Amino acid sequence: MDTVERIKQQISENSILLYMKGSPKLPNCGFSAQASQALMSCGEKFAYVDILQNPDIRSELPIYADWPTFPQLWVEGELVGGCDIIIEMYQQGELAPLVKEAAERAAANEQSEEK
Amino acid sequence: MSIEVVIEEKLLSAFSPIHLDVVNESHQHNVAPGSESHFKVIIVAKSFEGERLIKRHRAVNATLSEELSEHIHALALHTYTEKEWLEYYADNTPLSPKCLGGSKKEQRI
Repeated sequence: MDTVERIKQQISENSILLYMKGSPKLPNCGFSAQASQALMSCGEKFAYVDILQNPDIRSELPIYADWPTFPQLWVEGELVGGCDIIIEMYQQGELAPLVKEAAERAAANEQSEEK
Repeated sequence: MSIEVVIEEKLLSAFSPIHLDVVNESHQHNVAPGSESHFKVIIVAKSFEGERLIKRHRAVNATLSEELSEHIHALALHTYTEKEWLEYYADNTPLSPKCLGGSKKEQRI
C-alpha cells in the first residue's frame, strides 16, 4: 500500500488520532509532549503514530494534510490542528467535548456494526 | 536579511496586523548558537474574525511557506482577533494589588 493510502486508512479507522514525535509516554519533542498530554487529560482513548518510526509518513503527511509541522491531531477524518491549536482548545475547554463526542460516536458505530 | 526579519515583513504586508511579535526561540533548543530554526509568532489581525483556528494558522503557514520548507524547523503560532487579544491581554496583565485602606489607618502625628 502506498503511503498516502496508509495515511487515509489510519485517519478513517481511528476517530481520534495523533501524529507525533515519539509516543505519549516517551515523547521526543516538546510540542508533541504538550499535545499528547492535553489529549490524555481529556480521558478518552486515542491512537497515535510515531512519525520518527515512520519516515515515509513524516514526509508525505504534511503534503497530504497541507500542514507543515507535527504533531497533528485528526478527529473523525478531519485535521483539528497542531500543538498550539490543541493547547488553546484545551485551555478554552473545547478539546474535551470534541474528543468525547467523537469517542461516543465511534463506540455507537462499533456497536451497530456488531449487531 | 535574517529569517526573523523576513517573517516579520511577510506577515506585516499580508495581514496588516494590529499587533505582531516574532520571537526567535532557537536558543531554547539543541541547535548552534545564532540559529534561526525555532520561532514563535503572536499575531493579532482583523482578518481572523469569524475564522476557526485551523484556518488562521493555514493562512499564516501559507504566507511563510517558503521559510517553513527551507529554514524554519518549528513555528509556534498564536493568532487572535482584536477582541480576543484585548480579553487575553486583560486577563494576563499583572495587576497591582487593590488598595486596602492602609493610609487611613496610619497614625498621623
